[in-house]
Amino acid sequence: MATDILMPALSPTMEEGKLAKWLVKEGDAVKSGDILAEIETDKATMEVEAIDEGVLAKILVPDGTENVAVNTPIAIIAAEGEDVAAAAAGGGKPKASAKGDTQPAPTPDMDAEGMADAPSATAKTGDDSAKKAPAAPAVVTNKAAAPVMQEFPADTPMVSMTVREALRDAMAEEMRANDKVFVMGEEVAEYQGAYKVTQGLLQEFGARRVVDTPITEHGFAGIAVGAAFTGLRPICEFMTFNFAMQAIDHIINSAAKTLYMSGGQLGCPIVFRGPNGAAARVGAQHSHDYSAWYSNVPGLKVVSPYTASDAKGLLKAAIRDPNPVIFLENEILYGQSFPVPKLDDFVLPIGKAKVHRPGTDVTIVSFSIGMTYALKAAQALAEEGIEAEVIDLRTLRPMDTDTVVASVKKTGRCVTVEEGFPQSGIGAEIVARLMVDAFDYLDAPVLRVTGKDVPMPYAANLEKLALPNVGEVIAAAKAVCYK
Amino acid sequence: MAAGSDVGTAAPGVDAPQHQPAPNIPQFTKDEDLHAYREMLLIRRFEEKAGQLYGMGLIGGFCHLYIGQEAVVVGLQMASTDGDQVITGYRDHGHMLATGMEARGVMAELTGRRGGYSRGKGGSMHMFSREKQFFGGHGIVGAQVSLGTGLAFADAYTKNGKVSFTYMGDGAANQGQVYESFNMAALWKLPVVYVVENNRYAMGTSVARASAQTDFSKRGLSFGIPGEQVDGMDVRTVREAAERAVEHARSGQGPFILEMQTYRYRGHSMSDPAKYRTKDEVSKMRDEHDPIEMVRKRLIEAHGVSEADLKATDAKIREIVNDAAEFATHDPEPDPKELWTDILLEASA
Repeated sequence: MATDILMPALSPTMEEGKLAKWLVKEGDAVKSGDILAEIETDKATMEVEAIDEGVLAKILVPDGTENVAVNTPIAIIAAEGEDVAAAAAGGGKPKASAKGDTQPAPTPDMDAEGMADAPSATAKTGDDSAKKAPAAPAVVTNKAAAPVMQEFPADTPMVSMTVREALRDAMAEEMRANDKVFVMGEEVAEYQGAYKVTQGLLQEFGARRVVDTPITEHGFAGIAVGAAFTGLRPICEFMTFNFAMQAIDHIINSAAKTLYMSGGQLGCPIVFRGPNGAAARVGAQHSHDYSAWYSNVPGLKVVSPYTASDAKGLLKAAIRDPNPVIFLENEILYGQSFPVPKLDDFVLPIGKAKVHRPGTDVTIVSFSIGMTYALKAAQALAEEGIEAEVIDLRTLRPMDTDTVVASVKKTGRCVTVEEGFPQSGIGAEIVARLMVDAFDYLDAPVLRVTGKDVPMPYAANLEKLALPNVGEVIAAAKAVCYK
Repeated sequence: MAAGSDVGTAAPGVDAPQHQPAPNIPQFTKDEDLHAYREMLLIRRFEEKAGQLYGMGLIGGFCHLYIGQEAVVVGLQMASTDGDQVITGYRDHGHMLATGMEARGVMAELTGRRGGYSRGKGGSMHMFSREKQFFGGHGIVGAQVSLGTGLAFADAYTKNGKVSFTYMGDGAANQGQVYESFNMAALWKLPVVYVVENNRYAMGTSVARASAQTDFSKRGLSFGIPGEQVDGMDVRTVREAAERAVEHARSGQGPFILEMQTYRYRGHSMSDPAKYRTKDEVSKMRDEHDPIEMVRKRLIEAHGVSEADLKATDAKIREIVNDAAEFATHDPEPDPKELWTDILLEASA
C-alpha cells in the first residue's frame, strides 16, 4: 500500500512552508528515521524524517517550492514489495485532515455557516452560540479601508512586511541609534528568537547587546529592570507573556512603581515584549491574554498592535519611552503581512487609537488579533447594509477614550471585541467609560464579544468555541442596531 | 505557614549559635576607627530616634530598624569607591545614611513629608538617591537581589569599573530569584558583591528553622561563587573581607558572597511580639559584641582618644539626628497635587 508523505506542520501556527531541498531521490530505499527533506518556515529550517519504510516512489513537490500548505502530499512511498510505478501513479490525493494535529489553513473568506448560525454574541459566560465558529482568523488586507488618519505623508512608498519583520526592524533601528538599547531573553540570540522576531540581531549587534538568558524569567526580568534603573534601555523578551507571570513581581512592583515611590527620581525605561494570548492548540497555560491585567496598573504603558505598520512605529516609540512599556504581540499575527511606510524613522505616538475602517452605523472597538474578527465582521455587515466603524485601540494604557467616544457619538452603538476573558476585561472598561462619556448618545447597550470564561481548551473544536468568532461580532453588531 | 505550628521549633533562643569573633583581626588606624565610630553611631542614634517617633505616631506603617547591624554597612562602605551602587531590602535606613544620604531627607520620608527623599511617596522601605548611587529600599523580599544583579549587568555593559553591593537578609537568601541571579551573575562574571546580613531571624523564624544550609557563604558554591563567613559585629573584619570581595568583583572575576554574621537588637518591625528569642540572648549580644562599643573601647584604650572628645562626637551626632527629627516633624505633608505626579515620565519627542 503506497503511503503519502505530507507537508508537516512544524509549529502550532504553521500554515505553509517552503520545501527547500530533498535529501533523497526517487527510487531510494528509505527507512524510519531517515532524513528526507528540509523544510523552511518563516521561523526555522527543519528536517523531515521518514516514518514509513519502503522505496521513494515519487516526489510530488520539487525542491524550492514555496508556500506548500500543511498536509499537502509531497512524496509517495511504496511499501516493501509493492510496484513502485503503480504506487507513484496511485497516491498523492489530498487528504482532508491527515492527522488532526494541524489547524486547517485559514481562508480569507467569511465562514458563511458560522455567520448564519451564530445567534447571540454577547459575552455571556457559558454561551454556546459559537458552536460553528469559523476557522482560525486570517489576514484581512487593508485594501477595503484606506487609512483614515494620516500618520505619514500620503506619497510615502509602502513595502509589504510581516509583523515579525516589522518588530525586528524596529529593534534593529533603535539599537543602531542608541548603544544603551539591548535585547535580552530566552533564545533571542543564537536561536534567532523562539518566534524568529530577533532574527539577525546577534549577527549585527553581537552577544553584548543580544543576550541569551537561561530559562529564568523572574531573575532576568529583575536584572533587566535593575539595568534600566541605571539608564540602560533593555528590551526584555518573554517567549510568551504566559511565562512573564513568573516575572510579574518585577514588572509591577519594581518597574511600574519605582518612579512614584522615588518621588520621580528613578525611572525605568524598559520594554517587556513577546507574544500574548492564544496561538493555536497550545492549551490553557500558553494561551492567556494579559491585556486587561497590565492595563490595570498605573506606571505602565501597554501597547498591543494589530498591523505591521503599527507594530513597527509603536515598538520604536516604546523603546524610546522613558517608562516601562508592556508590548503585547500575537503569535498568529507574526506571519501576516501589511503595508509599512518606507521611512528612515517611522515612529507612532503611544496612546492613540486608529479608525481602521470608517462607518456610520455601529462602532466596533478592538485591538491586536481581535481586529481580524472585527474587520471581517465589518465586511459582512456592509453586504447587509450596515456600515461599521472599526477602531483599533493599539494602546491599552493610556487608553484613547476620545477616539472611541467621538465614534460612538456618531453611530450611537458600540460592540467591543477581544480574545481575553469577559470579566474585568478591556471591553468592560470601554463599556464603563462610554456610560460616563457617551451615555446620552447611546441607542443601545454596548455589547462585548470576548473569549469565553473558561481556561483555554486543547481540543480543536473546543478551542474554536472558546475564542470569539466573526459570527458573534456580526450578531452583536446587528443586535445593537436592532436588526 | 500554619499558625501555631510547632514543627521544628526549638525553645526561643536555644538554637541560636554563640557569636564567634574572627581569630585574626585586622587593625584600624585611629582615623579609620573614628570614621567607623561616627558612621555607626549616626545610624544607631538615627534609628533610636525613628523608633521614638514611631512610638509617638509620627512615623506610620512599617519601620524596620537596623540597630545592632551597623558594622555591616559601615564596613562595606569603607571598602567601596565612589560610584559603586548599593541596593538592599526593607531594613534600609542604615544603608542610606552610610551611602551619604542626608539624615533630614531620610527622616522626613519616614514621617511622610514633602522634604523626604521620595517626597513622602515612598516611606521607610522606598528611598533612592541617584546622586549617591543608592537604588533602594525594596519591599519585596529578595527582589533587590535580581535588581542589584541588574546594576552589575549595567556596570559590565558600560565597562564603568563599578561594583554593585547587593544586600539581603538571611530570610531573602531562601528566595528562588536569588539563585536565578547567582547563576546569571556567575555565568556572565558580573561585578556584584552579595552581602547576606545574617541576623539569625527572618521575622521570627530562626535560620535553623528556615534553612537547610545555614552557612550562607556556601549558597553560591554550585555556581562557583566564592564566599566567606565574616564576623559582622566587628567593622574591621567586615571591611577586610569586603576588600577581598570587591577586588574579586572589580577585577572581572565575577560575584562574591559575604555572609555577615550579625544581630538585630530590636524586633523585626515595630510590632514584633519578641516571643521567638530570649531577652538574655539579646542582652548577651549587646553586652559582649556591640559593634559601636567595641570601637569606642578601642578609641580610648588603643588610640588614646579622650572621653571628652568622644562625648563631643556623640553630641554632634545627636545634633544631626535631632535636627533631622525637627525637620521631619515640621516639614509640611506633600501637596495634594503630588498624588498625581511621578506616575509616568513625559516622553521626549
